[in-house]
Amino acid sequence: MLSETSQILSDTVEKIFSDNVTKQCIINSEKGEWPKELWNEIIENGLNLVLVPEALGGVGGSWFDAGILFKAIGKYQAPIPLAENIVAGHLLGLGGIPLPDDSIVTILDGEFSIKDNKLSGISKRTPFGSSATHGVALINDKSSSKVILLSIPKDSISDDKNLALESRSNIDFMDVEILSSSEILFSSDYILKIGALMRSCQIAGGLEFLLDQSVKYANDRIQFGRPIAKFQAIQQELAVLATHVAASGVAADYASSSMDDGCEDLAIASAKSRVDDAVSIGASIAHQVHGAIGFTYEHGLHFATRRLWSWRAEYGSGSYWAKSIGQKAVASGSKNFWPSITTGKI
Amino acid sequence: MNTPFNFHLTKFSNEAEILRSEVREFLSDALKDIPKETRAETWYGADEDFSKKVGQMGWIGLNWPKEFGGAGRSAMERYVILEEMLTAGAPVGAHWISDRQSGPLIIRYGTEKHQKELLPGILKGESYFCIGMSEPDSGSDLAALRTKAEKKDNIYVVNGTKLWTSGAHRCQYMIACFRTSQEEDRHGGLSQFIVDLSLPGVTIRPIIDLAGRHHFNEVIFEDCEVPADMLIGEEGNGWNQVTAELALERSGPERYLSSYILLQELVNEFSSRNDDEGVTEIGRQMAHLTTLRQMSVSVAGMLDQGANPALEASVVKDLGAVFEQELPNIAHRLMGLEPDANGSDFQRYLAILTQISPSFSLRGGTREILRGIIARGLGLR
Repeated sequence: MLSETSQILSDTVEKIFSDNVTKQCIINSEKGEWPKELWNEIIENGLNLVLVPEALGGVGGSWFDAGILFKAIGKYQAPIPLAENIVAGHLLGLGGIPLPDDSIVTILDGEFSIKDNKLSGISKRTPFGSSATHGVALINDKSSSKVILLSIPKDSISDDKNLALESRSNIDFMDVEILSSSEILFSSDYILKIGALMRSCQIAGGLEFLLDQSVKYANDRIQFGRPIAKFQAIQQELAVLATHVAASGVAADYASSSMDDGCEDLAIASAKSRVDDAVSIGASIAHQVHGAIGFTYEHGLHFATRRLWSWRAEYGSGSYWAKSIGQKAVASGSKNFWPSITTGKI
Repeated sequence: MNTPFNFHLTKFSNEAEILRSEVREFLSDALKDIPKETRAETWYGADEDFSKKVGQMGWIGLNWPKEFGGAGRSAMERYVILEEMLTAGAPVGAHWISDRQSGPLIIRYGTEKHQKELLPGILKGESYFCIGMSEPDSGSDLAALRTKAEKKDNIYVVNGTKLWTSGAHRCQYMIACFRTSQEEDRHGGLSQFIVDLSLPGVTIRPIIDLAGRHHFNEVIFEDCEVPADMLIGEEGNGWNQVTAELALERSGPERYLSSYILLQELVNEFSSRNDDEGVTEIGRQMAHLTTLRQMSVSVAGMLDQGANPALEASVVKDLGAVFEQELPNIAHRLMGLEPDANGSDFQRYLAILTQISPSFSLRGGTREILRGIIARGLGLR
């Protein structure tokens, strides 16, 4: 059912992650070590270039393709900014700027000012800021809107982390020279929207991991003389988890595919809201089924659940996005409600 | 392991979208005089005149092959008709079952005689079928059914009782599952029959539901003589035939749109208020609706490709029932109005849907049975 490109990307990323994203790799990353070999594999296979136009040496893939990679990041808890680099490639590509060689790019978000081609301002909770060599930002001046690329001075970074101990740095730019810039048109919430798309897909992947682990554990764990999977109480719980995993996968796919169709506002907001609800239910069931062992650092379940708890709040929580579509729906009135669902336009 | 589900996004064709505008135009006229309560009941509401109009439009049996009088169009196009009718609150109940599963069953397993005699009436929206599965001692455990059909020469003599038979009192036919022999395998020895409900020995008694409506029935067979040629499919193959039918029964938009009208009415109510909590909840339910629709449409796409999406259909039905059962509670929480059959439009919708919502996770397979099917799909049993 997948296109050829999608299938190749899916196979490639599964292979790289299953070979390289070991438990030790994640633990080392939590201690602040950069997973060099994993990242090199990604770069060698060009997975960071999926949204870079072919004219700029990229894959020229679709958002649906990118979504496959985003989901894999969540499924394996890959501790690298692949999603952010893919999105950076897209943003720069809009302005005809290629991704710089040998770079680790992050997405900057904050209030910036530009003077004499130099940028100042603070980018807050920048994903993987501590490892990033470059940053991409969208700037709205009075006169123009543009995408810019700059390198990140190491001394401007003050590192912070999310619950999953992924770097979320505050970066204080003071007159940092802009390497490239290009005028493009974008909506004021474009970064927030793409960020929500990327995290929604990652969450869908992470939930898939929770289901996988929980089913395996229930089949292995013996109590009262049989695998706990044989108890109806456990079966019913896992079935509920499965329905939310299925819904999250569809919500994420619909968001990325709607992005390809240029009609993404309802789909992305719905996805982030839907997967946020799924995290509440899914993380709770997965931990319940795992019992005390799943609550230890030694067991790996938390590598996924801590990410899910952070990601659901990043780039707008489920409630933020629910409110945004709720407001639009009530503003356009009940007559237009059903048509907005069938067209995806709100 | 990867998830055992095969949800792939499926898009509607341009033809389907053109059909959508035709259906909307038809409904804006055809629903003018339909009372509000009936609209809230969606496919529980039956109106034979309306069904005949739908038949005249050629919208019953839309995806049946042309040789059987259908329009030979896709399951996706049929889906458009269903979702537009349900969200508009059209009283589709009279022809719903015949269009959804009795017709397809007759096409798949029926004899030429069945097809020639029965399909035209269904297509015209004049001939209605009910489903005879549940019995007093056979609910979720369908294989426990006991109603017997004993063969004597060219008839089967039927004795027993079918229960919770929706709409039997306004149907001409029942597609019933009877026990034709006792086998060691409890799934064996079951057979399906097309039973003319006007036959001697058939008694239909109403069962009034908690909302005071007559929807269910008890159908009693006492030495009822069913002609042997009304056996449909193979004798003893009833279990397999019924299981195939259930995929059709569980996959449609009626499995998550039952309370849709409340969400639309909430949008209306909150248009004139400044209430962030309410608006956020509306948005959250939109997200659930949007996602469920994509899942359900994906199942329709699988049907078009001849796949058997029984597992995916169970997922959609389970999530769908949670969604449609939650809406009356959300409407209550946000509005704080008493459900009142004589109150405002909103209160009347709320009165109906609050009362009928418990049935959403019972009909067509209980929540527990569906989750059991999903658990089996996960390899847990």
